[in-house]
Amino acid sequence: MTCDSCQKKNASIYLTQLVDGKMQKVNLCEQCAEEKGVTDPTGFALADLLKGTGTESDAPSAVMSDDGDQCSQCGFTQSDFKKTGRFGCSHCYEVFHAGLDHLLEAMHRHSEHRGKKPLHFIDTRSAKRKTEAVLADITELKELLNEAITVEDYEEAARLRDSISQLKKAAAKGHANEGADSHTETEAPAS
Amino acid sequence: MRFSTLLKNPAEWMRADGPHNDIVVSSRVRLARNLSGHSFPGWAKAEERSDLLAIVRPAVEDLPEMQNAFSQEMTKLSAIEKQVLVERHLVSREHAAKSVGCATVMNRNQSISIMINEEDHLRIQALRPGLQLLKAYQVLDKIDDQLEATLPYAFDPKYGYLTACPTNLGTGLRASAMLHLPALVLSDQINQTIQAANKIGLAVRGLYGEGTEALANLFQISNQTTLGQDEKSIIQHLDKVIVRIIENEENARRKLLEDQPTMLQDQIGRAYAILRYAYIIPSKEAMNFLSMIRLGIDLGAFSADERDVINVLLTEIQPAHLQIEAKRKLNAAQRDVLRAEIVRRHLKNLTEPRFDDILTQEPDDE
Repeated sequence: MTCDSCQKKNASIYLTQLVDGKMQKVNLCEQCAEEKGVTDPTGFALADLLKGTGTESDAPSAVMSDDGDQCSQCGFTQSDFKKTGRFGCSHCYEVFHAGLDHLLEAMHRHSEHRGKKPLHFIDTRSAKRKTEAVLADITELKELLNEAITVEDYEEAARLRDSISQLKKAAAKGHANEGADSHTETEAPAS
Repeated sequence: MRFSTLLKNPAEWMRADGPHNDIVVSSRVRLARNLSGHSFPGWAKAEERSDLLAIVRPAVEDLPEMQNAFSQEMTKLSAIEKQVLVERHLVSREHAAKSVGCATVMNRNQSISIMINEEDHLRIQALRPGLQLLKAYQVLDKIDDQLEATLPYAFDPKYGYLTACPTNLGTGLRASAMLHLPALVLSDQINQTIQAANKIGLAVRGLYGEGTEALANLFQISNQTTLGQDEKSIIQHLDKVIVRIIENEENARRKLLEDQPTMLQDQIGRAYAILRYAYIIPSKEAMNFLSMIRLGIDLGAFSADERDVINVLLTEIQPAHLQIEAKRKLNAAQRDVLRAEIVRRHLKNLTEPRFDDILTQEPDDE
């Protein structure tokens, strides 16, 4: 097995770490392991490493499927991304969008932004997408529930459990009646 | 504002009170923003960076928050001046290494600092004393709204704010708190804490960020992911974990007082003796002893008024700060002497530690 970082030497250090209940693996040669500070297993987060290298299944190299693409605005290529782990300009996100969701899922466990938008940006979510948003909320709450259990915060876990069942009911109602928007009122207990 | 003026003012977060500021030293939040139609700084040529700076800098300097600000291009600062800004957590180590087209703008009390052409076109940062992540974010949110009105931000409805590195995509928000956790270190529980935080997707780092050592029992804890959760959720999640860590640290302190009071007295007493009377003191030693004095303050062995002295000292004894004080380049041995002198001067009025009030029962480990 070759090293995931330098892709040259033989890997001799095999790391597995659970991030949010998801198993992530990295294989490294001794030199790369030392460079990345892996020798101290406690002070090291695998997620950091994944930024630059990635695992066999979630490797950023998988992002760029068809070699040869180049950003029309800045001239950036996929091999540049492989080298630096960064993009050349904001337009690159359009040029290299194939496989990007996969990479973002591995990095953030999400591939869609849910936060601030510039004021001039108008949201045009359809009723269908609202239902999708509720489903996304449920997934997120489940993650938070697992976290709460991990840190033994059972009070919070109970509250999250109630929010989830409330949301599930709302989602079922939403299917029956597309107009109902239960999203905003049930979001509060989650945060 | 001139660099010397900036230096004379200790940062607000070092002096002011904040919630939980016995254990949480400071809270920091930063937003990453970019302009559409311009290459990201790492890919842009020097000329393109300068063009971008010419657009962004006036917008930043026009902010009401930045009136009378310190604003300077990185090329116009000496290596030591740049290092001072790093030691004060006002610019990143990466930004300090930058050259043409890169600049930093910060307000007088050093609570807001804006880096232009760091990894992203704009890195906007707010620092507050104690645990105040949401407050820090609210300051940034307002600044962000104002900048957005004049600068064409790169934003995508699906991916959010577009950043050079996909790890910052979405909100572009990184929130971090500096925690002082001596009891968790002394009782060997710190690795457990770090692992638990990592497990739920948070990063724990040393005093000066990635790859740095956890000196003075100070740890930075921050969110790793920026996409898929809104800003408030990210911060509230982190807040909740921090409150839990604070409780753990408090419990560990209580337990140390009960089980190993003599060890605790010894650690604090030694720190006091050495810091008050040493004439040569290396940085690591000084910082770790200052951590013990800080713990002594929290436990009531010293007056609580001394806390900001310790905050200021932790920064003032860093290498670049020492060389600014000496007004010349110093080698490591010379720094150790000056460091000891500064520590003695600052702690001149620190009275002997008093343990009678905090130790209610007889020490049982004698």
